Amino acid sequence: MQKHTFTISLFAGIFLLTVLAQFGVINQYLVSVIMLMGVNIILSTSLNLVNGYMGEFSCGHGGFMCVGAYVSSVVTVLCFSKNHILGAPLLPPSLALLAFPLALAAGAAVAAVAGLVVAIPSFKTRGDYLAIITLAANYIVISAIDNMEIIGGPRGFMGMNATVNGMEGLLDIPWMLLWVLSGTVFTVWLLRRFVSSTLGKGVPAIAQDEIAAEIMSVDTNRMKLIAFMLSSGLAGLAGGLFAHILGYVNPHSFDIMKSTEVMVMVYLGGMGSLSGATLSAILFTVLLEVLRPLEIWKWVVIPLLLILLMQFRPEGIMGNKELSDLFPKLKKYYSFK
Amino acid sequence: MEFFQHILNALQFGSFYALIALGYTLVYGVLRLINFAHGDIFMVGAYIAYFVAVLLLGGEGMHGLGLSPALTLAITVPVTMILTSLVGVTLERTMYRPLRRKGADRLYVVITALMAGLMLENGNLALLGASRKSFPELMEKVVWTFGGVSVTNLKVVVIVAAIVVFVLLEFIVTKTKIGMAMRGISYDKFAIPLMGIPLDTIIVVTFILGSSMAGLAGILYAMSYPILEPYMGALIGWKAFIAAVVGGIGDIRGAIVGGFLLGFIEIGVVAVFPSTLRDLFAFSVLLGILWLKPTGLFGVAQTTKI
Repeated sequence: MQKHTFTISLFAGIFLLTVLAQFGVINQYLVSVIMLMGVNIILSTSLNLVNGYMGEFSCGHGGFMCVGAYVSSVVTVLCFSKNHILGAPLLPPSLALLAFPLALAAGAAVAAVAGLVVAIPSFKTRGDYLAIITLAANYIVISAIDNMEIIGGPRGFMGMNATVNGMEGLLDIPWMLLWVLSGTVFTVWLLRRFVSSTLGKGVPAIAQDEIAAEIMSVDTNRMKLIAFMLSSGLAGLAGGLFAHILGYVNPHSFDIMKSTEVMVMVYLGGMGSLSGATLSAILFTVLLEVLRPLEIWKWVVIPLLLILLMQFRPEGIMGNKELSDLFPKLKKYYSFK
Repeated sequence: MEFFQHILNALQFGSFYALIALGYTLVYGVLRLINFAHGDIFMVGAYIAYFVAVLLLGGEGMHGLGLSPALTLAITVPVTMILTSLVGVTLERTMYRPLRRKGADRLYVVITALMAGLMLENGNLALLGASRKSFPELMEKVVWTFGGVSVTNLKVVVIVAAIVVFVLLEFIVTKTKIGMAMRGISYDKFAIPLMGIPLDTIIVVTFILGSSMAGLAGILYAMSYPILEPYMGALIGWKAFIAAVVGGIGDIRGAIVGGFLLGFIEIGVVAVFPSTLRDLFAFSVLLGILWLKPTGLFGVAQTTKI
């Protein structure tokens, strides 16, 4: 029984949320906060693979998110909406449901390839120098999109709502909420399976001692390639979902500020802890909404909180432990593989 | 002739990057800490310069003391440098030192620095509002023309300041006792206190040197581009940091070379291509350099012993 409790409660939770959103029990604002939460969970858990489990310092996660957001948006706009540059829709709106996950996958795939920009230099260098490479990659992505007039340049890109409307035309349920929730579950499941697999054990091995890992027959270059590409690909998935939630993307919403936000979530939750990254993403999103009345002071309070955290509990909320390690009794009720 | 004009502009831009990169590299050289708040210390320096100058000069709705611009400049420069270095030392005393005492991992200090930078930026925005401040003119603009190349006196001052600061710092680090202690700390942080060298004092001196250079860069930048806004430190700070890394972080010559290199790349791109491509090219070239030479131009690869 305990083998399945987690899965069952997860799917029951998703079902319940969808039903509640469908019948308007929870309002549109709450739904959008939940969707943002999902996107943030994807971002923080995927960055946690590199910054937490692998012990690198990647500070350009926003750039990969940007790649995913733009690629999937361009695909859906090309297929389903009228754009004065990209032309008339190629496909009828009834195919939206089929094409949307493919567009998301395309965004994730291109973002994973973009991750190569960081992965290949990481063979030779690490630490501070690799941090700069990720930073430069972030700036290059933003700057490149700024200069592409065909997708709007600095003015941003829109028209993704047609796809969402197409899906709702088929069956009127909150599709985006469903997609975000399933994307989140998929990401956490994939990362959990990866880091607990025999192959994935190589990632924390690199963090502890790269040379020792090499001697122990871990192909460090291959592990780095996989970790960086997986991490940036999932960031691309988050970007695609984010773009379709808002229906509008602008390159400057993915700049270094966004990357910092994701880093805050990772370090708040604890490096090398998936449940920590998930919890901190939820906490952070809630915190942003709760502190909204403070306006700009919000961005003074949040850094201050993190500075205090670093002083008094530098390992983050969860350290490198999972929820079931901290509360062993929970194991009675669920097992999450 | 246009060519020489571009070179002059590149030298001026490079000087700003170099002055800020020096602060990054000094702190990194001693503490192995990327002081991500440094770009914002530069911004605070520019704001301090603004308030000191307005206070002394008057104008902008303030009465001030009504001093002459030349005298104001003479007072503003040292006062700003002192006040800015106070900001840097405050960060070190309140945030970095407690962490160092606890023996926290380097990463936590880096995150603290990043957050301190955000706090400075947004605290400034919250306190002073989003309106931009325009810096008063402290130096009468003189334009010299040599066969089609025009040079303002301000440009000359900026370039000369960067070179003088470089020579001064190089002297301090290589020739004085304090510099020797700084190099010692970077070599072995645990043996140095055993030799009777006050670790904390030397680190404070490092922060004073780095932050006062950022303050100087702040004044010069505010005089050259007299519009101040709270986020001005972010982009230029990140770029200067990249310049420091390309030169080989921890090396003073590297910071100067990296800063000027970045200046030349940016101006070169703007001279040939549309100016929106500036960041794209600059960062791509820097990425290429780091791909080929991962420890920067002057950096020495650290060997890890098993």
